[in-house]
Amino acid sequence: MNSGDTAWVLVCAALVMLMTPGLALFYGGMVRSRGVLNMLMMSLASLGVVGVLWVLYGYSGAFGSDLGGVGLLGSPLEFFGLSRLVGAEDMSDTIPTFAFVAFQAMFAILTVALISGAVADRARFGPWVLFAGLWASLVYFPVAHWVFAFDATDESGEITAVGGWIANRLAAIDFAGGTAVHINAGAAALALVFVLGPRTGWPRGTGKPHNLPLVVLGAGLLWFGWFGFNAGSALTAGTTAAVVFVNTLVGASAAMLAWMLVERLRHGKPTTLGAVSGIVAGLVAITPACSAVTPLGAIAIGALAGAGCALAVELKYRLRFDDSLDVVGVHLVGGLIGTLLVGFFASESAPAGVAGLFYGGGVDQLWRQAVGAVAVFAYSLVLSWLIAWVLQKTIGFRLDERDEHVGIDETEHAEAGYHFGDAGSTLRKSAAGERGSVEELEGSVR
Amino acid sequence: MKLLTAVVQQHKVDEVRNSLAELGVRGMTIADVQGYGRQRGHTEIYRGAEYEVDVVEKTRIEVLVNDDDADDVLRAVVSSARSGRVGDGKAWVTPVESVVRVRTGETGEQAV
Repeated sequence: MNSGDTAWVLVCAALVMLMTPGLALFYGGMVRSRGVLNMLMMSLASLGVVGVLWVLYGYSGAFGSDLGGVGLLGSPLEFFGLSRLVGAEDMSDTIPTFAFVAFQAMFAILTVALISGAVADRARFGPWVLFAGLWASLVYFPVAHWVFAFDATDESGEITAVGGWIANRLAAIDFAGGTAVHINAGAAALALVFVLGPRTGWPRGTGKPHNLPLVVLGAGLLWFGWFGFNAGSALTAGTTAAVVFVNTLVGASAAMLAWMLVERLRHGKPTTLGAVSGIVAGLVAITPACSAVTPLGAIAIGALAGAGCALAVELKYRLRFDDSLDVVGVHLVGGLIGTLLVGFFASESAPAGVAGLFYGGGVDQLWRQAVGAVAVFAYSLVLSWLIAWVLQKTIGFRLDERDEHVGIDETEHAEAGYHFGDAGSTLRKSAAGERGSVEELEGSVR
Repeated sequence: MKLLTAVVQQHKVDEVRNSLAELGVRGMTIADVQGYGRQRGHTEIYRGAEYEVDVVEKTRIEVLVNDDDADDVLRAVVSSARSGRVGDGKAWVTPVESVVRVRTGETGEQAV
């Protein structure tokens, strides 16, 4: 065991964990004030549900021995409950397997939370929790196996345990989850939008972001956590992690500038929401590519993603689908841009050591990237649509129109995000009992 | 007695208060309000979605004054609130039938 590597991966796991509440604030600030809590709660629910499922069978489904040797799914029961991995001798390269379990848990949690931005203000909370569990089980765990489970080999190079088909047979490069995380979540978001339909009154009456400083705070936490997401994926504290760290910085920086430039040219002003959206778009796009490109490549990918996503988020108005917070425009489009651009900008001098089209490698890596991207997109779109459709037909996924008008925080959670003044509310019931006895209690305190 | 009401630009409130303080005006009511006059609103942009905001933020100042002081107070408000650009607001004076100081029960000019 290498304690430096172990410390690095555990710290990175904690950084990635912070991305989920960061995402909650990022999304929460973008909705109207009367839906902020529901937006936060959808991310928090993912921490709850997926955290537990990951320990029960999620890790095993993603990283257990391949069922049938074709690279589609790990055995969900092999490490059920993780009890078999608790021992100190269970290692994954230079770190305890449990450090890897923790790190990858945060990926699963964040990916599910990402989807929620598409259905702001109109998904009932109970069905969302159910969706989160079903989607993680049927979509994320298998896809994580395709992308993140590498073959295990012995000293002579013989394969001792088969991993996922995209990582090994296809050999597409997806360092930290352009396909498994962002295309996957973006496709699921698109499917949910199809099943749930637009918000009542969209696009006219659905409101502006109620708190942009909250959005900036969330984006800051995302960027901070993203260093763990990408650099932690090296699974060792060394050169690869350091290169990836710098690429993660500069990809997002370039994307922010590009998004602001597009806005300046198209709308006359660079906006705060545009700047932070550019940051996230750049982070999304550099995620699959961060080990395969030089910092100059990272700048190029970031700039293309920033500009591309800035144009993509306006498509929903033309194509008439209400992806509330642009999960499709930022994560699906950004994920596709980053995944495909690996085929162009990959450099043999980067840690992944593969040459893309612009570095004399021809189209070999490009088609691998394209097949991986399309496969994850198609699988996620179809499965997500089916899960959401079944939930809608059985227990009802969509909030009813009256509750939508009243506000989802009040109808789903019986809370309000903000209180400006106490007029007009009376404590009716507390631990002290009904109203009368509360007043007596207050009297006795005085 | 008169009620002077002025709807002015938010950044002019301190100047208005200072000019009224020089005249010996000791109390006023100030509120954030929204509305529009000839100026109309402005445009906001969120990820390419442009919103026309029809109302603008202003501050409403209300001052109770005695009849003799009304013109001076009105002049002071107008001169201190003026920037010369569109959107400076409006001020008007209305007659007041009765005034009561809540604490003491004094009425009329004593209560102003």
